[in-house]
Amino acid sequence: MTFDAVLTVLIAVMGGAIRVSTPFLFVSLGECITEKSGRINLGLEGTMVFGAMFGYAVSYHTGSPWLGVLAAGCSGVVFGAVHGLLCSLPRVNDTAIGISLIVLGLGLAYFFGKAYIQPTAPRLPSLDLGAWSDRPALRAALQVNVLFIVGAVLAFVLHWAFANTRWGLQLRTVGDSADAARALGLSVGRTRVMATALGGFFGGVAGAYLSLYYPGSWNEALSSGQGVMAVALVIFARWRPLGCFRAALIFGGAGSIGPALQAVGIQAGYHLWNAAPYVLTLAIMLASTSKARASIGAPGELSMTR
Amino acid sequence: MASVQSVLAAALRPVNAPPAVLAWLVPIASIVVGLLAFGVFVALLGRNPLEVYATIFEGGFASAFSWNNTLLRAAPLILTGLAVAIPAQAGLVVIGGEGALALGALAAAAVAVPLAPSLGAGALVAGAVAGAAAGGLWFALTGYFRAYRGLNETISSLLLSYIAIAVFNHLVEGPLRDPASLNKPSTLPLPDAAMIGQIPWLDVHWGLAIGLVACLIAQLALSRSTQGFALRVAGGNPRAAMLVGLPVGALIVAACALGGAAAGLAGAIEVMAVHSAASASVLAGYGTTGILVAFMARQQPLAIVPVAILMGGIAAAGSLLQRRLDLPDATTLVLQGLLFVSILAGEAFMPKERR
Repeated sequence: MTFDAVLTVLIAVMGGAIRVSTPFLFVSLGECITEKSGRINLGLEGTMVFGAMFGYAVSYHTGSPWLGVLAAGCSGVVFGAVHGLLCSLPRVNDTAIGISLIVLGLGLAYFFGKAYIQPTAPRLPSLDLGAWSDRPALRAALQVNVLFIVGAVLAFVLHWAFANTRWGLQLRTVGDSADAARALGLSVGRTRVMATALGGFFGGVAGAYLSLYYPGSWNEALSSGQGVMAVALVIFARWRPLGCFRAALIFGGAGSIGPALQAVGIQAGYHLWNAAPYVLTLAIMLASTSKARASIGAPGELSMTR
Repeated sequence: MASVQSVLAAALRPVNAPPAVLAWLVPIASIVVGLLAFGVFVALLGRNPLEVYATIFEGGFASAFSWNNTLLRAAPLILTGLAVAIPAQAGLVVIGGEGALALGALAAAAVAVPLAPSLGAGALVAGAVAGAAAGGLWFALTGYFRAYRGLNETISSLLLSYIAIAVFNHLVEGPLRDPASLNKPSTLPLPDAAMIGQIPWLDVHWGLAIGLVACLIAQLALSRSTQGFALRVAGGNPRAAMLVGLPVGALIVAACALGGAAAGLAGAIEVMAVHSAASASVLAGYGTTGILVAFMARQQPLAIVPVAILMGGIAAAGSLLQRRLDLPDATTLVLQGLLFVSILAGEAFMPKERR
């Protein structure tokens, strides 16, 4: 491989990291908010795919992709609230409810989405940050979508809000000890439902990104499990929003190695490269856990880490 | 949320049934609620719910043909449900069944096809053993990570599942690909004569019987054997289990390995009885649906069988719904989702004593 080819691959991986990481960023921030309250929502996959369909449909009918994003987020709120309410019932398993809401979300998305596979909806815009360069590969890589920037800003906002706002403190108290929260007079149930609903909003937006920016159309094979992977990313990020940002970038970068190599004509092991993000996550998680300290930073009420 | 709970509790208070009756009543009521919610969904779309119910019943359970279709789908679900239920006895939520199924399918295709000309039926046994071993080893990793590295089993099984599917795609489209499979990459096929046969009278392959026997053995082993008891102690109270000297780590790894073996066997049977080769169509989501089957069966091996048949029947009705009523085949997915949600939420009304 020549120097130029290596450079092209590196640039493509960088551009791919931004492009591929955006849905991971949103969905993992949503999962992070939910888990901070002491709940797990595995169902964000279903939320995301439904949001992708709904956002695409709204963008098609109204001509405004941003209305599509908003609509997708709102549909996510509904899914999140349903998850939160059902999990408030005693002895109901949040992992299992999450998986059943994946099935329901996929079912509804495929059911109503059949009519939108053919039509073309207006897509989200991108910023041309590479206009100064005369290198086409770099210009392509620096076509940064607006949602990525919004997501990055939101990661910083959440980082600040968790630590410095009344809302953030309430959320973390409920997530760390329901008993302590009750003693302070906080409503544990309501906080969790609201956190799960807000997390659903983020999941819906992640879906809208898939259908309205990249890959940029609606079909039934749109998602490759980003919603389920959010749970792993949040653990990997140690329940910190800025960690989610970093994890999403690493994950996105690892996921775009295969396509980048393919672009310079290297086909071998394409499918194995697809596994790179998962292998990387597993390796990092194995390296950072031990039997003695399984999950540093985990909210105390989380069923998955107790 | 307290208000929602108290309203629901008040609504249920008149049902002052003894626990044993409640244990039967609640799941049945949950199924009715799920069906009613689906009826409302269908009615909102301007369709006649009764007509849709009737079509689903006809497509899944009304004729010998539909039963055949239903049992064909139930067979892998029984085994993938078992893959979740066995580790669940040790208190684990393992959700990577699809990956173990993929590796099982791959191993069976790689072992049974070259052996078939010389060994005949022995090749099928070898394929089944290879499939179970591949799935078992894959899940054992999850158990090992959990028991000895403190890594959450739900997450690691999920990651391992994606890795397994990538390996599956790589081998099916690369080194193990049958050059004759042009449009749809698949491994070399098993000749028709060498495939797993049909159960007489039932017209369903013997894989169904294997699933039934596996559930029966699992139920007996869990309720009657010392190891099964030890496993349930380790799941119920790990600290107590350690105090009485049970090998908790080894039990966790073994339970995961057995679960993975069931999922791997499901993949092997799908290849050797249905598809004749490993290809993308083997990965039809049985691993994922199996998770819900196990939860709906409350992790009881014998209860998995009727739940898997119910889910298989609903899935089997998809094509009839499409042909006769022009509803998308995702309709069955909506019904399954609503049933899952209502049955799992019904857990809140089950009697407190477990088992």
